[in-house]
Amino acid sequence: MTKYSILSLARNAFSYHENWPEAWRSPEPKPAYEAVIVGGGGHGLATAYYLAKEHGITNVAVLEKGWIGGGNTGRNTTIVRSNYLFDASAHLYEHALKLWEGLSQELNYNVMFSQRGVMNLAHDQHEARELKRRVHANRLNGIDAEWLTREQVLEFCPILNGDPTIRYPVVGATLQRRGGTARHDAVAWGYARAADERGVDIIQNCEVTGFRITNGAVEGVETTRGFIRTGKVGVVAAGHSSVLAAMAGIRLPLESHPLQALVSEPVKPVIDTVVMSNAVHAYVSQSDKGELVIGAGIDPYVSYTQRGGFSVIEETISAIVEMFPIFSRMRMMRQWGGIVDTAPDASAIISKTPVKGLYFNCGWGTGGFKATPGSGHVFAHLVARDEPNALAAPFSLERFSSGALVAEHGAAAVAH
Amino acid sequence: MFVISCPWCGPREQREFSYGGEAHIVRPRNADELTDEAWADYLFMRKNPKGLHYERWVHSHGCRRWFNVARNTATDEILAVYRMGEAPPDLPGQQPPTPCGEPAIGSGNKAIDADGLTGTGR
Ligand SMILES: Cc1cc2nc3c(=O)[nH]c(=O)nc-3n(C[C@H](O)[C@H](O)[C@H](O)COP(=O)(O)OP(=O)(O)OC[C@H]3O[C@@H](n4cnc5c(N)ncnc54)[C@H](O)[C@@H]3O)c2cc1C
Ligand SMILES: [Zn+2]
Repeated sequence: MTKYSILSLARNAFSYHENWPEAWRSPEPKPAYEAVIVGGGGHGLATAYYLAKEHGITNVAVLEKGWIGGGNTGRNTTIVRSNYLFDASAHLYEHALKLWEGLSQELNYNVMFSQRGVMNLAHDQHEARELKRRVHANRLNGIDAEWLTREQVLEFCPILNGDPTIRYPVVGATLQRRGGTARHDAVAWGYARAADERGVDIIQNCEVTGFRITNGAVEGVETTRGFIRTGKVGVVAAGHSSVLAAMAGIRLPLESHPLQALVSEPVKPVIDTVVMSNAVHAYVSQSDKGELVIGAGIDPYVSYTQRGGFSVIEETISAIVEMFPIFSRMRMMRQWGGIVDTAPDASAIISKTPVKGLYFNCGWGTGGFKATPGSGHVFAHLVARDEPNALAAPFSLERFSSGALVAEHGAAAVAH
Repeated sequence: MFVISCPWCGPREQREFSYGGEAHIVRPRNADELTDEAWADYLFMRKNPKGLHYERWVHSHGCRRWFNVARNTATDEILAVYRMGEAPPDLPGQQPPTPCGEPAIGSGNKAIDADGLTGTGR
């Protein structure tokens, strides 16, 4: 494996960058593995990487029905933050944020993590109180959080509409300076390359179509490329989690919805932070290429179509234009949807199942990109040891019968 | 985005309606005997299928009446509209070729086709 460095860059410049080796192999599936990960999104690839790195389990395959990163990993708006309200989520997302801070070095792959700050706007007194409560809760958990007054908000992001007479005036905001964005594809590719280097087989165009279960224990997976024997299966399939669970006779508390995003034509730097608003239901940042990256709320119905309705785009754009009148004449270039697996309490499910050796990591819904490194890290622990660690334990499926829900609607909401 | 044929008002844009989720979930009558697991199943667990789905809609910005819809969630094609209290219609052959596979055509219920419009509905 070539180490990426300034030297390798210079060396390859001499051959016009035509001789870079493949970043990962494309092997044929072996008949058996120690562990199989279903789903080659960021979470699945990170799980495989940490299985190999932290637990010494290298005889692992990641099976992906399409191409790696082609699901929500490659469709999301890349906001990273950890300012969740409750202890369980704050600890989990902060664990992920700490891993983000060293990820490019760890993977020897530039994931372009940019800590440009994430601002959550308040538009009325009630919202301001709720958000201040979150700031205090975050600080008690050791997470950086600040409250900005209206004047400070407008100084931090001058293009925001400061007119106090509009329907949703800005009255203040929270700011997490360590939050920001990352390059979504690079996260998938970086984890794939680093996992492959440690012996993990990444197998694309391989859909899991069933599980072979004997005496309540998993024996392997049926795939479109044949049967693969294994005693440990970690399913990380985002929008398709319920479909896979049904193959094992398990019911999940999930609904799959389209979630849309869009980008504008590229312009010069105009917004150097992330601005989110729950009340008007939209958020925006600017990519390094100069495009505005704008995210919407979910389409209301269950669907697997990866597109969604135009009315959602219209509502999102009207909210953006109210917050930023300066954007009113910008043209939008592309729009798309991903299928997000939403849970009743807006929190993830990282869990064992009634089938021995079968584990699920799902329910990240509209906001799991930020958790990618942490999710993979704790899920690898669960798959390797058959026990969740302290960070993952509150997120088991049992919470739906015990009642110990982790209700994060306030911190999740539109603010992915 | 798709067009839904309200049994009372006819074809209208989906935005006029609100979604009521999975249909035919019956509140357990023996509430005091239920285990926590059975309650969790009733309250939280959902079929969430890729393919044929029976679901409820209400015409919020119209007649405000509830009704049931059978829709293919892999394509968003609406297969049947039927009244509350009616049994779900049997509509075989709506599963994708492989359980998580993507259909050849995307979303849309042929709403542009005027015949298709009158064809759906009751
Ligand atoms: C428009 C949009 C904006 C978002 N914005 C943000 C944001 O700003 N910040 C944030 O934190 N989160 C955001 N999210 C959410 C985030 O994208 C997801 O929570 C996260 O990427 C999930 O990662 P994953 O690896 O679990 O899923 P995915 O990347 O979807 O990976 C799952 C993979 O499983 C594969 N698969 C499915 N079924 C099978 C099968 N049977 N066999 C084999 N493979 C299978 C799929 O093809 C897919 O590649 C957004 C999502 C969307 C759609
Ligand atoms: Zn009506």
